[in-house]
Amino acid sequence: MTTTSPVRLPARGSRLPWSLRLERRLAVPRWLPVATTAGAIIVALAISGLILWIAGGDPVAIFVHIIGSSFGSLGVLSDTLVKATPLILTGLACALAFRMRLWNIGAEGQFLMGAWGASAVVLIPIVPAGTPSIVTIPLMMVAAMAAGAVYGAIPGFLKAVRGVNEIIVTLMLNYVALFWLSYWVFGPWSEGGFQLSRPFPPEAWLPRLSDAAGAVPDFAGLTVHLGLAFGLVAAVIIRFFIFRSRRGYEIRLIGDSPKAARYAGIDVTRNTIVVFAISGALAGLAGMSEVAGVVHRLQQAISPGYGFTAIIVAYIAKLHPYGVIVASIAFGALILAGREIQPSGIPAMIQGIILFSLIASEVFLRYQIRLERREA
Amino acid sequence: MDLTIILAAGVASGTVLLFAAVGEIFSERAGVLNLGVEGMMLMGAVVAFGTAVATGDPWLGLLLGTLAGGLLSVLHAVITISFQAEQVVSGLALTFLGSGLARVIGEDLSKAGAISLLPKLTVPGLSMLPGFGPVFFTDQSVLVYFGFIVVPLAWYWIGRTRPGLHLRAIGESPTAADSLGVDVVRLRYAYVIIGGLFAGLAGATITLAVSPGWFGELTVNGQGWIAVALVIFAQWSPIRAAVGAYLFAAIRRMLIDIQGPDQLFGAPNPFYFNHTLTFFLEMVPYLLIIGVLVAVSGEAIRKRLGAPAALGVPYVRGERGH
Repeated sequence: MTTTSPVRLPARGSRLPWSLRLERRLAVPRWLPVATTAGAIIVALAISGLILWIAGGDPVAIFVHIIGSSFGSLGVLSDTLVKATPLILTGLACALAFRMRLWNIGAEGQFLMGAWGASAVVLIPIVPAGTPSIVTIPLMMVAAMAAGAVYGAIPGFLKAVRGVNEIIVTLMLNYVALFWLSYWVFGPWSEGGFQLSRPFPPEAWLPRLSDAAGAVPDFAGLTVHLGLAFGLVAAVIIRFFIFRSRRGYEIRLIGDSPKAARYAGIDVTRNTIVVFAISGALAGLAGMSEVAGVVHRLQQAISPGYGFTAIIVAYIAKLHPYGVIVASIAFGALILAGREIQPSGIPAMIQGIILFSLIASEVFLRYQIRLERREA
Repeated sequence: MDLTIILAAGVASGTVLLFAAVGEIFSERAGVLNLGVEGMMLMGAVVAFGTAVATGDPWLGLLLGTLAGGLLSVLHAVITISFQAEQVVSGLALTFLGSGLARVIGEDLSKAGAISLLPKLTVPGLSMLPGFGPVFFTDQSVLVYFGFIVVPLAWYWIGRTRPGLHLRAIGESPTAADSLGVDVVRLRYAYVIIGGLFAGLAGATITLAVSPGWFGELTVNGQGWIAVALVIFAQWSPIRAAVGAYLFAAIRRMLIDIQGPDQLFGAPNPFYFNHTLTFFLEMVPYLLIIGVLVAVSGEAIRKRLGAPAALGVPYVRGERGH
């Protein structure tokens, strides 16, 4: 990269006694990304608070309420982790795809298809009733990941082979997945005409901490389920996949410089499809974890937009798998507390402001900013 | 199922897609991808409707709704042009922010009663034209006619005028444009904001003319995304975008009308007797968009058409690039 002439704000001709000088950074200190992220979130919360205040709300009360009702006790902390679970898996799905600059906005649809695939195992049913958990649950996981992977591979294939814009395709497929799910819960799987399926048999439920309350009394009422472990294990696997595997190296190289990757003989077409399929499989597993761990049946409203929040989660985490875990817990809290906040648009608004200030803050990573006094 | 009714309804509701797509064409031709159309439309829709409810004046609603879309787009302009951030992520953030903010503003609007809508007109003479008259010129909202004017103007502006040449230049090769004295940054700001104004207008068109009322996110219900897809389908041409918008809206109307009669083409209508099958009908518009994009991608490769060369690339003076 060539050094460029510094940018001045305001431009020449201004009468202000100072000007800002933007210089391209050649190296980014290690602490800076963390600092800008933290700063951006603080600024975002301040702006959100300001908007809430203008709208006539009490921002301090709202933020205290969010923290209290999501981290205030062991019970609500457990509920926060339950909300974080699908975010970790869908966040990983987005982080992996975004590493290659593949804009998979379809984690929501892949999540729904995963939930559908997992449900099919017990609702079609593929395994007879009474099959032990040890068989049923792995089968549900495989079905969910397969459904998600196939659904993710479609935009991947169209992008790789025909150059079709993956953003639009994944978005359109989100709608298609929702109607597909609606068909099954209103039609063949409907219980008594209601828009939900019959409950899954207990063998298809992911174990919860509260199931062990007999041995550890403190676990009573804790809703955290095995899906959280899926998320944590997946984060470790994806971390090693991205940073320690050959394909992970290829993915990062394509993301940084597709041209260089092509010259190096890396198969971009193949990697596009593979990454989209893995991404879809992760989101699909999130869908399975949600139906088998929380809802215990298939219904239309199983996601308050996990697949979309995942985009922000991945971005806050700077596309790092372990960062996804931290960001997911924070957004899990926002979703949990957000259910009680009126008007209902507030959490989405705060998410948008956070994302905005995050991308705005990246200017500090690219440029060094100096305040200069104007010379007389 | 009456073809004239379907086509006339397509022209009416297609006007929404048309405005949004034309706005996005301006922005993308200038080299800035704005995926926040959905959010800007929601803001336009809620501000327009809220104003009409509060003041009883739909014209004021139209004005403020349009401005609301433009105001939101300023944010995208600052972040992507001045701060040179990733346009995809900024656009997504704009959609999150716009839909969240719109839901906050629209909190009490879902219970609001009927508002006075923008007037509808039948053009004397033209409405008598066989075929075209009943579809395009009979009992349509004034905004529909505004759409008829906007499309050729946009086409003329982009393709036949000097400022339009500058617009294309900053989208294809900002470095060359800059070296010829075109102010890339200022023009990109202007066109992103024009795109935002059009998106706000599109949202206002929904609540003031096409389907009045505030239903939260369902008010716009993905039409912003469909507009972004239409731009690709239209290969960045306003005229193709208009045709696509009208056709797409007509097809969507037809899919609704199919569910009505108990007989379809002389056979029992499966969608009438088994309502759950209509979910497959509802998938059709979205699958259609994907199908059209796949078809267009083949055409684009053959004819070497495509997106403006600098689309999505921030312009930094003195740096290698386009």
